[in-house]
Amino acid sequence: MYQTTYHRASSVDEAAALFAKGSEAKYLSGGQTLLPVMKQRLASPSDVIDLAKIKELIGIDASGDTLTIKAATPHYDVATSDAAKKAIPAVAYLASLIGDPAVRYRGTIGGSLANNDPAADYPAATLALGATIKTNKRSIAADDYFKGLFATALEDGEIITAVSFPVPVKAGYAKFPHPASRFALTGVFVAQTKAGDVRVAVTGASQSGVMRVAAIEAALKANWAASAIDSVSIPSSGLLSDLHGSADYRANLIKVMAQRAVTAAG
Amino acid sequence: MSTVKLTVNGKAVSVDVEDRTLLVHLLRDHLNLTGTHVGCDTSQCGACVVHIDGRAVKSCTILAGQADGASVTTIEGLAKGDELHPMQAAFRDNHGLQCGYCTPGMIMSAVDIVQRHGGQLDEATVRHELEGNICRCTGYHNIVKAVLDAAGRMKVAQAAE
Repeated sequence: MYQTTYHRASSVDEAAALFAKGSEAKYLSGGQTLLPVMKQRLASPSDVIDLAKIKELIGIDASGDTLTIKAATPHYDVATSDAAKKAIPAVAYLASLIGDPAVRYRGTIGGSLANNDPAADYPAATLALGATIKTNKRSIAADDYFKGLFATALEDGEIITAVSFPVPVKAGYAKFPHPASRFALTGVFVAQTKAGDVRVAVTGASQSGVMRVAAIEAALKANWAASAIDSVSIPSSGLLSDLHGSADYRANLIKVMAQRAVTAAG
Repeated sequence: MSTVKLTVNGKAVSVDVEDRTLLVHLLRDHLNLTGTHVGCDTSQCGACVVHIDGRAVKSCTILAGQADGASVTTIEGLAKGDELHPMQAAFRDNHGLQCGYCTPGMIMSAVDIVQRHGGQLDEATVRHELEGNICRCTGYHNIVKAVLDAAGRMKVAQAAE
């Protein structure tokens, strides 16, 4: 790891001020992605600003029709939260599948969404549920937030403070994990919203990051059943192809995972 | 450089380290607690697992500064004098190690697993929960046996206290 200067911020405002002072600063939350990248010398921030101890960024709140997870809440806390399990069980379940137990104690939802790894889990739930990403400057709709591989609508220095998920009628998540990294080879989140929409988001499969699949949404809107997806055809163009799975394989996984997610949602 | 103050195995310590120092290097190089191992450097193998404020985390994927103020337990802090921790004893009795390189991380993760699941532990759960710890010798079979054995011993020990 290259030299860096570590700062522990005690408030969001202090973190933003420290960021502005650094020449090439980076925010650090759980560090389960940033630190491995720094160890490989693929990133060399002048300053790392630790957000993980900022009290206003930690906690889970379910009230009315919204589940709000503050940005520095670790995956373990989401996975085991009674409030999260009651409001949107599929979100708590998704959190329980991220990485391994040691990673889940450290990694956070804000870090996952700010990094926007194309195979990360949280982007699928965020996009499928039509969540709102709250930052220290504004609120961003999920539909406007994801901009491709590791790219988001966040501006330089902007800090995610919380993510608000509207409670759906039903939702489910199914993931085919890469056996070593536990990232999604393909993960599908399906949701039936209270407004009567069906939204389906896929992670791990597309060359341009998390995406919605209109064909599956239309099929499920007509008939909410795993069998409704049987006749849907998923084109393999634009899908990732690597030694772990070809584009055709991932296209098939999208269907299979979507069916499992619908079954899980009930 | 920064001064990092933390409690390690019940003892308060204060160490001056570069900001880029990882917790595992503070433990090994500054405190000579070499029981915690560095296996992969890519945050996957789990040989470096320690407990920070009671949670089993990878000490190669946390800066020493992030642990400032925390209470850390390493493999050296488990035994009570000459009396092995039930998890250590179970690993020995069940031949849960061969080369021993992954063992400190396995044991620290396993203690956390038992604490979280208590009496609800079965073989499938243990195998699933150990997915962040890699062993290249044993095939995991005796490790899983050891964890299940220790879960029973820890329950008995807890009931006795």
